[in-house]
Amino acid sequence: MTVTEIHRAIETVFRMERARLIAGLARMMRDIDAAEELAQEAFVIALSEWQKTGIPRNPGAWLMTAAKRRALDSLRRRKMMALKHAEIGHTIKEGDETAVDAIEAAMDDDVGDELLSLIFTACHPVLSPQQRTALTLRLIGGLTTSEIARAFLSNEPAIAQRIVRAKKMLGAAGLSYEVPRGDERTARLASVLEVVYLIFNEGYAATMGEDLVRPALCAEAQRLGRILAGLMPDEPEVHGLLALMEIQASRLSARAGPQGEFVPLTQQDRARWDRLLIRRGLAALQRAEALGGENGAYALQAALAACHARARRSQDTDWPRIAALYDRLAEVMPSPVVGLNRAVAHSMAFGPETGLACLDGIAQAEILSQYAPLPAARGDFLFRAGRLDEARVAFERAAELTRNDREREFLLARALACRN
Amino acid sequence: MRVMVMVKATVDSEEGVMPTLELLEAMSAFNGQLVEAGILLAGEGLKPSSQGKRVAFDGPGRTVIDGPFAETRELVAGFWLWQVKDLDEAVEWVKRCPNPMFGPSEIEIRPVYEASDFGEEMTPGMTEQLEIMREKTSGA
Repeated sequence: MTVTEIHRAIETVFRMERARLIAGLARMMRDIDAAEELAQEAFVIALSEWQKTGIPRNPGAWLMTAAKRRALDSLRRRKMMALKHAEIGHTIKEGDETAVDAIEAAMDDDVGDELLSLIFTACHPVLSPQQRTALTLRLIGGLTTSEIARAFLSNEPAIAQRIVRAKKMLGAAGLSYEVPRGDERTARLASVLEVVYLIFNEGYAATMGEDLVRPALCAEAQRLGRILAGLMPDEPEVHGLLALMEIQASRLSARAGPQGEFVPLTQQDRARWDRLLIRRGLAALQRAEALGGENGAYALQAALAACHARARRSQDTDWPRIAALYDRLAEVMPSPVVGLNRAVAHSMAFGPETGLACLDGIAQAEILSQYAPLPAARGDFLFRAGRLDEARVAFERAAELTRNDREREFLLARALACRN
Repeated sequence: MRVMVMVKATVDSEEGVMPTLELLEAMSAFNGQLVEAGILLAGEGLKPSSQGKRVAFDGPGRTVIDGPFAETRELVAGFWLWQVKDLDEAVEWVKRCPNPMFGPSEIEIRPVYEASDFGEEMTPGMTEQLEIMREKTSGA
């Protein structure tokens, strides 16, 4: 191997081992920042050693041993430096060997509790959702600060700042790096799932953007979802979220037309949907349901996505089933937007008058008063009901509200069609 | 990127020699690592080619040939589909795989064509036919 090849191989190994390494070290050091630094130091040692000796058979264990040695040195230094660290020093003195053994055992452990604890730590509710997503991508995804900045269309100093502050907050909160149990676990899991879905949506909603990094965010979120499903196989909502992401991702290449324009679901070329991802999504949904999670918010959204995925042609869509699923979703996750989608589903399943009746229930929602899709949907229902004058007013109102030029043209064209 | 990782057949696998408990455990531990890394999309082991068939095409002609097939090392005994960052990562993962066979063996990594690789050449109709084929062959 040439030096460049060795370098590339070492970098690849480090990328693969990084999250586990940091996870093990974080538990030992009780400090994510220190854990990340130690992992980086281990990588630098590996760079010089492996060029001479070649990459070891078990590079993860090698890196862990190197990092662990430096960790112990650093802990001893700290112990001498400050009395307030007496507690950690004590733990190390008394439990030195067992602590190290436990970390080593965890490195070889396929259950990966260490990794899970790192995910739970990075997604801690004391942090803002933005901090959680940035920290998760940095620690678990191994993305660099500049990659995260590009993915979130932000600048590097802002993201770096966000990560530094997140780590400080975790340190100040004095958190234990363990996966909580029972009710607390369920509560924290919600935060973990939210972060993963935020990452996914950041990529999914941006597929019309020019930056190719963003579909990669979807892939990373799916990878995180698969990791979670492997680590927590008994949690139905984990499978529900994974199902939702796999099915939505199956449509990624069909969502944009030749000029990069947005193609709505009903007009997509379904032959472009990725059948492998659909099958994986349906399987994950089945697992969520088998675990009794069919009424979970993610499982329900996945079930909705599955209805579209199962329909070979748009006109084959099972709208009554979608309407029923939206009824349940509106109970589990009541929101004006869910209400609006529910109205659309009911209009498709049972006719425009039913859709209008559903809209009346949410029309008062303050939050939707400036939301163009609401009058646009109303316009569509009225148009289909033959109430053209009212439809025209609704379309014109929607055209006023939208900030998207293409959408405005479309709505004005529909308003014009009401005059004939 | 997606890669197909193929375990090449050996004389043993072609004779249907079953893996030892030890090897099964090692392989299942490796599969566990793949799941934990979130890269495993699919994977199966294949029965010997003696239980398979081939269909040879020549213009309009179709000839069915029963296994076993010659040239053992060109046959596939099992496969995975992985989603990895790049080919380097796939290589590193394959290096961590326990030797899947009793003697010397080989694992081949091949990048999967994505729809975007075909660009404008791939008309919707063609994509559809490919997808229908995939659907039918996958047993789903």
